[in-house]
Amino acid sequence: MVEFFQHIVNGLSLGSTYALIALGYTMVFGVLQLINFAHGDVFMLGAFIGMYTAYALALHTSPSLAALMITLLAAMAGCAIIGFLIERFAYRPLRNAPRINVLITAVGVSLFLEFSGQIIFGADPKFFPQVYQPQGDWMIAGVRLNPLQVINFTISVTLMLVLQFVVFKTRLGRALRAVSFNHELASLMGIPTNRIISLTFVLGSILAGAAGVLVALSYPKIDPLMGIMPGIKAFAAAVLGGIGNITGAVIGSFILGLAEQLIVAYGAPTYRDALAFVILILILLVKPAGIMGVHRAEKV
Amino acid sequence: MVTAKKFLFALLAAFALTLSGCKKAPGGDQSADAPIRVGEVGSLTGLEATFGTSTHQGIELAVKKINAEGGINGRKVDLITLDNQGKADEAATATTRLVTQDGVVAILGEVASSRSLAMAPIAQSYKVPMISPSSTNPAVTQQGDHIFRVCFIDPFQGEVMAKFALNGLKIERVAIMTDVKNDYSIGLVEFFRKNFVEGGGKIVMEQSYSNGDTDFKAQLTSIASHNPEAIFVPGYYGDVALIARQAREVGIKAPLLGGDGWDSPKLLEIGGASLNGSYFSSHYSPQDTSPRIQGFIKEFKDAYGLVPDGLAATGHDAMLVLADAMKRAKSLTPSDIRDAIAATKDFPGVTGNITIDENRNARKPAVVLKIEDQKLVYETTINP
Repeated sequence: MVEFFQHIVNGLSLGSTYALIALGYTMVFGVLQLINFAHGDVFMLGAFIGMYTAYALALHTSPSLAALMITLLAAMAGCAIIGFLIERFAYRPLRNAPRINVLITAVGVSLFLEFSGQIIFGADPKFFPQVYQPQGDWMIAGVRLNPLQVINFTISVTLMLVLQFVVFKTRLGRALRAVSFNHELASLMGIPTNRIISLTFVLGSILAGAAGVLVALSYPKIDPLMGIMPGIKAFAAAVLGGIGNITGAVIGSFILGLAEQLIVAYGAPTYRDALAFVILILILLVKPAGIMGVHRAEKV
Repeated sequence: MVTAKKFLFALLAAFALTLSGCKKAPGGDQSADAPIRVGEVGSLTGLEATFGTSTHQGIELAVKKINAEGGINGRKVDLITLDNQGKADEAATATTRLVTQDGVVAILGEVASSRSLAMAPIAQSYKVPMISPSSTNPAVTQQGDHIFRVCFIDPFQGEVMAKFALNGLKIERVAIMTDVKNDYSIGLVEFFRKNFVEGGGKIVMEQSYSNGDTDFKAQLTSIASHNPEAIFVPGYYGDVALIARQAREVGIKAPLLGGDGWDSPKLLEIGGASLNGSYFSSHYSPQDTSPRIQGFIKEFKDAYGLVPDGLAATGHDAMLVLADAMKRAKSLTPSDIRDAIAATKDFPGVTGNITIDENRNARKPAVVLKIEDQKLVYETTINP
């Protein structure tokens, strides 16, 4: 029984790493109805920016919570700039183009980042410096809790609450929702649509950057293609929870993380990656809009 | 960065060749002083990039040495290296290209058994000899009479680790973690299990994962509840490093055991202190004081600035064995070279004396290395 609860804890901690990525996915989709395939690769860049920052400032020589915060801030700032540039140069020129063009461009941006990453960083896996090494584990009734797991979990739930607050309780959030509803009408109402869309990308990329550092700290092997699989899984988790819905993205991620751990523990480890999509298909058959999603008539 | 530049260069070269559309019969230019074209396929990029880069450096060093000493009977060796990005299908494509477009007389590669198994049937169908520097799965050389290797095979490597666990470490309860995406890992587990159980040991738990996974906590949590005295993880270094870290995170104190797929500087960099006290089998130890090995290490350090790992040494040996065969061959056609490789006897390689047996495998001793304070320490040598 203790072993089962250990699997649950591990599942929640894996789920929280997916949640960190899924939040950015779902936010960009919520505003633009655009699946930003490059999101997983911005996550990868976050990890690399974190790595170079840590080495440049020699943060790994004195691991501390402050060192982690500096690394996180650097990665978030770097990814904010990258997110801004991607939106400005890849997506904005296509604002009035058919949606399929934007989708193909997103795939293109994703491949561009992956392969430029291989040229710039080198293709072999790198070690992510340990900028924060919490000592010791907490044992609760025989179940082992690693402080890093707890931090990832707390940060993903906190970010979810902050985003929820920003989107529903602030003027900025109202503008976001207006643009999401109809961006032409929003611009007639005096909302600077382009700036709001830019900001959405910047926010999404900041989340991806934070996720990059936090995930790399728990799984310290990073390479330019590391964003592909977590990106796809986080996307599946976001769809599962109801894409565009912030709480849904986090719930979907926890379901996916738990399901993966349990199938590896009690079933067939080989099928862990396939499982993400089997769950996705099953839930979408029953609830086409996802767990928390509201069905919206598609305008073609 | 060097890798990236080479990769770009290779890409450009590939592109230029495709454009010019040159096609040559196997054997290439047979005029008396034209360079001899030898092909190499390796994972210069991808998850196991150090396998490809180390092997390539070992081969390149051998080619430089051969050419500086006057080449093969007066003809220089021209090495054509293609990257397969760590993918089996790319390895197959590269092999076809080397034979049909570049007209190479022999092919060196690959490290990973899964990728050698993708290349071997192609080399065999064109009747071009292929030497794998370090693929240890027995099936590789069974693909045909043109496929060779200069390393030991997994039945031996599995036996080495099983005996070392039983007699050297004196342990009886072992858990196993197999990389199911990987012919090498599956083969090694099979031979380890057989020898370990026959020797009186007990496998308390078997778990599996797929190459490239990052989270292994579920498997390790299940393993932890069986309290093994060691875990046998014959995977590749990137995965093993993360498995070692997470094993300590879930509270496993037992050492890890593995094979030559661990042999990479990256293993210790990523795995850190979590690997201290673990053991793996490999092709050679840099601490061996024999002049042959120390000479190689010095040359390698002068050229690349680092101590060669086991795969650099086997890559070096593969090229030297090929060069030796080409010198003895009646002519430089692929079939005569094949016959000469098959006749290799007591060739003094870096990793030991190499004799190619009737199954086209090399019979060689294996060394067991221990990880202490994040360094590799020579433990013992086990002869076949």
